[in-house]
Amino acid sequence: MDPILFWTLIIVGASFALYIGIAVWSRAGNTSEFYVAGGSVPPLANGMATAADWMSAASFISMAGLIAFMGRDGSVYLMGWTGGYVLLALLLAPYLRKFGKFTVPDFVGDRYYSSTARLVAVVCAVFISFVYVAGQMRGVGIVFSRFLNVEIEIGVVIGMVIVFFYAVFGGMKGITYTQVAQYCVLIFAYLVPAIFISLLLTGNVIPQVGFGSTMLGSDQSILERLDGLSTEFGFDAYTSGALAKLDVFFITFALMVGTAGLPHVIVRFFTVPKVRDARKSALYALIFIVLLYATAPAIAAFARVNLFETINNVKYEEVPDWFKTWENTGLIVFDDKNEDGIIQYRADNTINELNIDRDIIVLANPEIAGLPAWVIGLVAAGGVAAALSTAAGLLLVISTSVAHDLVKRTLSPSMSDKKELMIARISAGLAVVIAGYFGINPPGFVAQTVAFAFGLAAASFFPAIMLGIFYKRMNKEGAIAGMVAGLLITTAYIVYFTFIRTDLNNIDHWWFGISPQGFGTVGMLVNFAVALAVSKFTAPPPIEIQNLVENIRIPRELTDDESK
Amino acid sequence: MEHKEMAKAYWKKNLTYVGGLLFIWFMASFGAGILFVDYLDNFTLGGFPLGFWFAQQGSMYIFVIVIAAYMVLMNKLDKEFGFDEQD
Repeated sequence: MDPILFWTLIIVGASFALYIGIAVWSRAGNTSEFYVAGGSVPPLANGMATAADWMSAASFISMAGLIAFMGRDGSVYLMGWTGGYVLLALLLAPYLRKFGKFTVPDFVGDRYYSSTARLVAVVCAVFISFVYVAGQMRGVGIVFSRFLNVEIEIGVVIGMVIVFFYAVFGGMKGITYTQVAQYCVLIFAYLVPAIFISLLLTGNVIPQVGFGSTMLGSDQSILERLDGLSTEFGFDAYTSGALAKLDVFFITFALMVGTAGLPHVIVRFFTVPKVRDARKSALYALIFIVLLYATAPAIAAFARVNLFETINNVKYEEVPDWFKTWENTGLIVFDDKNEDGIIQYRADNTINELNIDRDIIVLANPEIAGLPAWVIGLVAAGGVAAALSTAAGLLLVISTSVAHDLVKRTLSPSMSDKKELMIARISAGLAVVIAGYFGINPPGFVAQTVAFAFGLAAASFFPAIMLGIFYKRMNKEGAIAGMVAGLLITTAYIVYFTFIRTDLNNIDHWWFGISPQGFGTVGMLVNFAVALAVSKFTAPPPIEIQNLVENIRIPRELTDDESK
Repeated sequence: MEHKEMAKAYWKKNLTYVGGLLFIWFMASFGAGILFVDYLDNFTLGGFPLGFWFAQQGSMYIFVIVIAAYMVLMNKLDKEFGFDEQD
């Protein structure tokens, strides 16, 4: 048997056995355990779970590749997907923990004393989560198909069965502890090849330092070399940006605010016992995330240098083995336009002969660095772990939104806990099946819809929750009007440019040069403005709501004795 | 002090901390990593053009420090006002 296939089967199989074992051990017995793991997760475990929950197949497989081809502009993802945790830690997480219910629509519905607000929140949460989860199931399928040579569809079904098992039985409790294991698998799988490649190219064991240092066998630093090679073959210099500054600003802002507004991330802070645990687990989460995110740009730079040095201007017969392997998967394509038998990698499309899929940067990394077969198996397990952990977190949001916010709080408030748990399990199961369907038959626009999810989260949840905590006077009229206005304008802009008039989707036609990816920032501003304006002209919220706000602002109330 | 006034004073101090820390958050990312990135590239740090380093490394490390500082400051503030949670 091929050693790569052998090790992939062993390592992926062992990781699945681990996840199922954890699921059996941590069965949820009531709705509190199913929704928020009984509110008893230690901050360190919650930090790891949040990191795994957050880092998806896109972070693990695609991000380093995107950066490798974007150069400095790749920072929109690096800053955008980490900076949101500052907003989360300082503006939302501790207060939502103090509020202490189960879901984001719970907070919106209670704070704005309105089932309309709750319904708007349910629709947003379900839509955002479905948009996101389809890509994750597809990611599981892609990893399987590339490393185990099975059809993508079969990979998706295997992923569905595993997620079904621990999400439906274990709920949040099962998901949390599998996510802890998944974080360990994915970070190990990401760092090992990065460290080896850094050693190989720079002699430095820390990739984050290595990618600033001198290349072995030359007197230039990695980045100088990369700038030189890029401009020599017609690309933009690696360390300078090509995107317009204003657009970089708006995209980064939209990704940050969107991150802070994503329900599957927010809900993780409902699972810790205390307010101070919420602060602490936000810190742990960001440390664990930055461990991967600060490594990604190093991998990107190393891979890009490698690409220039090992295959550009090289005779096709003399390319390294990994080139041929990945050529078979169609991720790298050589088209000998001038028929000289030499690979010319150029910026100019009319003479460029090499087409490279972004994902190859992470997937082929171990082979490019000449690492042993077990490392390749590890990368496969890491990719699956990243996709499954995010998928499970999203599926739970869908099932709690339906079972708790829609059925229990809106339709049938007198329902027993046992019955609610049953409905939560059934909706989790149904959500897995629907997500799997979209994974097998992906709507052709998965990539665009992720920008959509962030835009909607930025334009709806973030302002509504933040105002709910920081502005006592905010009432239901303002909050609902703000959410609806933010959602409508963001949806209209993104749908217009990415689905209806794709021919106009360029900087000449965008408003003020803001791309659809960055438009969530505008949606957020509209939400804030409309909410504040409408609330000025309508009645203030009832006194018990104002008391609720005062209540969530402090970690605990003093007893009568203490306050004397 | 009465409970209500205590809560008010606590909240005011909290807002000061959050404001200051968000200023650092903004300067590290949108400032150093985007608006002033080209100017900072005139300097180097450990082989990196400084602006590029902020955009792809430094901003993220500063985010971690900002959250750590917030945690320490708020835990202290909770104790000062007696709002810290008992075990």
